[in-house]
Amino acid sequence: MSGKVTNIRLVGVGGQGILVASELLCDVLLTSGYDVKKSEVHGMAQRGGTVNSDVRFGQIVYSPTIPDGEADILLAFEKMEALRSILSLKAGGVAIVSEQRILPTAVAIGKVEYPSDIAERLRERAGEVLAVDALGMAIQAGSKRSANICLLGALSGFLEVDESLWEGAIRDRFRHKGLEANLKAFALGRSMPKPEGRSKRDLE
Amino acid sequence: MKTTILLSGNEAIARGAYEAGVRVAAGYPGTPSTEILESIIQYDTLYAEWSPNEKVAFEVALGAAYGGARALATMKHVGVNVASDPLLTASYTGVNGGLVLVSADDPGMHSSQNEQDNRHYARFAKIPMLEPSNSQEAKDFTIRAFELSEEYDTPVLLRTTTRVNHAKSVVRVSEPREPVFGRFERNPEKYVMIPAYGLKRHVVVEERMNRLRELANSIDLNAIEWGDTSIGVITSGISYQYVKEVLPDVSILKLGMTYPLAEELVRQFASKVQKLYVVEELDPFIEEQVRALHLDVIGKERFPIIGELNPKLVAAGFACVSRGEAFAAEACKIEKPDGKCFAPTPKRPPVLCPGCPHRGFFHVLKKLNAIVTGDIGCYTLSALPPLETMDTCVCMGASIGNALGIKRAMPDDDKTPVVAVLGDSTFVHSGITGLIDAVYNGTAATICILDNSITAMTGGQDNPASGKTLMGEDAPKLDLAGLARAIGVEDVLTVSPRDLKALELALKYAIQTDKPSVVIAEQPCVLIDKGKSVKLSPAAVDPEKCTGCQLCFRIGCPAIESRLAEDGKIYAQINANLCIGCSVCIQVCRCQAIGRCAQ
Repeated sequence: MSGKVTNIRLVGVGGQGILVASELLCDVLLTSGYDVKKSEVHGMAQRGGTVNSDVRFGQIVYSPTIPDGEADILLAFEKMEALRSILSLKAGGVAIVSEQRILPTAVAIGKVEYPSDIAERLRERAGEVLAVDALGMAIQAGSKRSANICLLGALSGFLEVDESLWEGAIRDRFRHKGLEANLKAFALGRSMPKPEGRSKRDLE
Repeated sequence: MKTTILLSGNEAIARGAYEAGVRVAAGYPGTPSTEILESIIQYDTLYAEWSPNEKVAFEVALGAAYGGARALATMKHVGVNVASDPLLTASYTGVNGGLVLVSADDPGMHSSQNEQDNRHYARFAKIPMLEPSNSQEAKDFTIRAFELSEEYDTPVLLRTTTRVNHAKSVVRVSEPREPVFGRFERNPEKYVMIPAYGLKRHVVVEERMNRLRELANSIDLNAIEWGDTSIGVITSGISYQYVKEVLPDVSILKLGMTYPLAEELVRQFASKVQKLYVVEELDPFIEEQVRALHLDVIGKERFPIIGELNPKLVAAGFACVSRGEAFAAEACKIEKPDGKCFAPTPKRPPVLCPGCPHRGFFHVLKKLNAIVTGDIGCYTLSALPPLETMDTCVCMGASIGNALGIKRAMPDDDKTPVVAVLGDSTFVHSGITGLIDAVYNGTAATICILDNSITAMTGGQDNPASGKTLMGEDAPKLDLAGLARAIGVEDVLTVSPRDLKALELALKYAIQTDKPSVVIAEQPCVLIDKGKSVKLSPAAVDPEKCTGCQLCFRIGCPAIESRLAEDGKIYAQINANLCIGCSVCIQVCRCQAIGRCAQ
């Protein structure tokens, strides 16, 4: 085998800035010296549907997609989408979940119910579930559009990546617009207390 | 500039074309190919265009190659069907400057109407085919494809799939070659395919195939990675990555050039491994050619012919092999989803955006109880609940021909209206000839052009009816109504799909005439219209007036939500964050309960 590959699946709803977040994550991992692959699907799926982005890094990465049950971290931008992708998470993996709810049309018009036991169901499989009020923090940071970067901040606590690289990548990507809010949102996300007093650690 | 960057396969193909000194690039948007041309315009050494359709795009690129420049044509798999007419004869004429056709296939049908395997086109057209397996190869193979094209005087097919086009991986970039401007030189026996010349060129094609078969055995794009020889796997493209992921220690014959097949290399490889496998997505394209060499091979009986492969499926295919069994069995193990956490989650299908001009159109059309032949675009989503107003969808432009056929199949006394629905870009792509048929043969169908001034489904590309080019220049905006009149349609009605009354009147008028008619529903896509038009204040429901009839739920707007009141009844409310104030719900509500928020 070619050494350990770490798998992060980002999930959410079209329009939440998932692809920007996964781009930024890849920038940082590449600068850290990893081989990186990422995969997602464009086109029809974007119209308010579910969006997934798989990011894999390590010494050498082959498949750009994460096999089911092998995601080390599930980073969900919408609560119910975390549940939908739970099969991708390895047993005992980490689920970082935004508390934001976006209602699919059938739920919005009352035909189907939004699940009420999401956290409980996630805990059945995930070793750790970190709930993040990403939208609230983003608004606190000055722009609700920075919720995606806030979630990256929460994710960063689980990765062995130098903090200055994150800041550099955010500065690179947002130098024209929204830099301050994004830096602040990232810091707020990063300051989230980890479950069980856990600190930064390698997922291995 | 950094020399090692993360690029998608599409960005890497664009980079490769730039480094190869491409002068002309042409294509038609289509997932998963679209970003190649969107990315290529960053390089100012070349000309790039969205053509009206893939046939024109390929012909433009072929012309540029005849003229001596390097040229690239890009399209999705079904687009190659449209371009196949010039493609099969371009094989005869050959090129002059290099010509590469990118076919972006979509196994798994993430955003397509079928999952055809375009590797067959290489065999059909008798042209060489390269298949990259990651972004680095996407760039390198693009450059190699141009070299091969010129050396062998042939178009080259660069065949990719969604997971190569849209996956990002690390690429080392290099300095570009200076693009060569061309000058066309007459050579009728090569470029004028009348039968007498064509027959001679067919001889050239077969001779070229023989030389390419030789090349396939020695070219460095095809290589054996020796490992454990109890298993030998022939593979290519993204499937190679899955095999490496699952069985990194076995022997692999990786084919970068998959047509013509490297027969000697395959024989040599097969003779040294105990069990021979072919792992390929979709059709048994390589497998059948390997079988034709009288070699025992395991392929489609283990690896599905339908949908995308992935590491789990590949592992499962190897699971019962003696060597590697333990590993493969472990790798393909997917836990039984029997826990509570795996219970189904409410679906989140793609929907028309809040404020989408198509919503009002289909709401009105539904009332007419017409047979609706549909087409390829965002509006195809109207086939799904709650709108459910589309009866056919086949390929670009098919709505019109389908409508004419359905109408002609009906007895004369059947007055059921038949309505074809297609977008502006789709109409320009291949609807115009259908409309000519309607007029020429006098078939009384109604053709509705949903003109949102953009190619929306693929992410908002310009087209001849949008007034801009790929390179961002202003262009004459195609006058769709004028075109329909010029074709000979007498009743051409242009309405706003946000004015439901006017739209209903126009549609009712159009379907009752005994001649072909055209209704143009004109309203820019909300995704391009942002900030351009006057900001409309969002709609709101007056809880005093709402009776809970739920009629507004039937337009399927994401901004309309339910509200459970104290009386236990469900009423409507509007999410002001999502609403863009298109006013369709205001017009649909029968109790005048919906109005605009005060500014």
